[in-house]
Amino acid sequence: MVSPLGCGAEISWQRILEGQSGSRRVENFETDDLQTKIACQIPRGDGTDGTYNPNDWMEPKEQRKVDEFIVYAIAAADQALEDANWKPESDEDKNRSGVLIGSGIGGFQGIADTAILLKEKGPRRVSPFFIPGRLINLASGYVSIRHQLKGPNHSVVTACSTGAHAIGDAARLVALGDADVMVAGGTESPICRLGISGFNACRALSTGFNDEPEKASRPYDKDRDGFVMGEGAGIVVVEDYEHAKARGAKIYAEIVGYGLSGDAYHITAPASDGDGGYRCMEAALKRAGMTLGDVDYINAHGTSTPLGDEIELGAVTRLAGEHAKGLTMSSTKSSVGHLLGAAGAVETIFSVLAIRDGIAPPTINLDNPSVETEIDLVPNKPKKMEINVALSNSFGFGGTNASLIFKKVDA
Amino acid sequence: MSNVAEQVKKIVVEHLGVEAEKVTETASFIDDLGADSLDTVELVMAFEEAFGVEIPDDAAETIQTVGDAVKFIESKAS
Repeated sequence: MVSPLGCGAEISWQRILEGQSGSRRVENFETDDLQTKIACQIPRGDGTDGTYNPNDWMEPKEQRKVDEFIVYAIAAADQALEDANWKPESDEDKNRSGVLIGSGIGGFQGIADTAILLKEKGPRRVSPFFIPGRLINLASGYVSIRHQLKGPNHSVVTACSTGAHAIGDAARLVALGDADVMVAGGTESPICRLGISGFNACRALSTGFNDEPEKASRPYDKDRDGFVMGEGAGIVVVEDYEHAKARGAKIYAEIVGYGLSGDAYHITAPASDGDGGYRCMEAALKRAGMTLGDVDYINAHGTSTPLGDEIELGAVTRLAGEHAKGLTMSSTKSSVGHLLGAAGAVETIFSVLAIRDGIAPPTINLDNPSVETEIDLVPNKPKKMEINVALSNSFGFGGTNASLIFKKVDA
Repeated sequence: MSNVAEQVKKIVVEHLGVEAEKVTETASFIDDLGADSLDTVELVMAFEEAFGVEIPDDAAETIQTVGDAVKFIESKAS
């Protein structure tokens, strides 16, 4: 994982549990004329103390050819494969290992820069690496080449549901026998002038906390005013259970449920009755043979937008019925911001680590909930609790929804 | 070494990330310097930009080595 709280899953998780925020003032480009001047940016540095140094993951001359979302994906995939101790060497192992990494937007910065170059210097100055360095599925492409993963080479583009869909679809491919191992997740590098302008125009971003960036992402709080854009990559290794067991792999959790649905309502707004999210969770629970009463912890989509948070909470409340009182649900976007196409993937990792460590991460900045609820939204402090089953929600522009359910192994 | 040769060498080192000693007159971009077909397209673009010359596609195809590039650019400049 590469997140606004650090390079690596463990350091990011540790900082979430400490209640840290990754939101800061943007310093690397002009923001004077932008409504939003803050974002959750990856801490860059020499690679020590959790900082991200792109040169640790890709040679500088290669970095010139690609947008940052590809370098993030390479870094996160290297970490995931190392942790899983999966280094396919035989033809059989290579052919049975695939990649499914998505991105919501892909190479925003490179497209913006090249459009300006085209206008100023003409078509003969457009680099041969422009296309392969921006295409969304090239994150998968680069990882496939780097690790010689010759099974399915696939990608997903479903806005903010991308990461969850990628992991869910990868699990399906493994379950259907198309591969034994899938390197899956999402990556995003949207923080540039064009990205902020675009999301500002949709009225999606927080604009009122430019002077207190760490307070801007505040899901469920009455003062929330939009999401804080994040960047990074979350990648996991999804593996057939018997295959993983046979080779003695470290197993974090089992993917027991995956549900998908469409709102068929509006291009950016969620259906006001939360119907899409409701049916998506319902589908995942059905797949898992569970009810919401069996779920201990929900990692919410909870982006900190005025509309979305309450709609999701409403859908969870209705689906939970009498079980709402025992439910724990938090939004780690309060800490890392909204990583768009990588969100569902980093949140998968946080959900799985919540199971491993028996602790629900906090919703920071939740000082005054905007609605009363029986569900514990874990305000500001993490909560020690046994978590056997966790559910993670992701909802995206276009009315695209995904829910994943993870279960402690042998629980 | 001529001025053009110096500059060509610098561009090649920068774009292909190779050591300067390897960039000899006879070094082939693809066979000796690890370039692929897209790298060579980008190199030709960098030469055009740096020397203010146009290198048409059919001429670009004949530029296989560092020496070929120097020769072509010098012929255009003279």
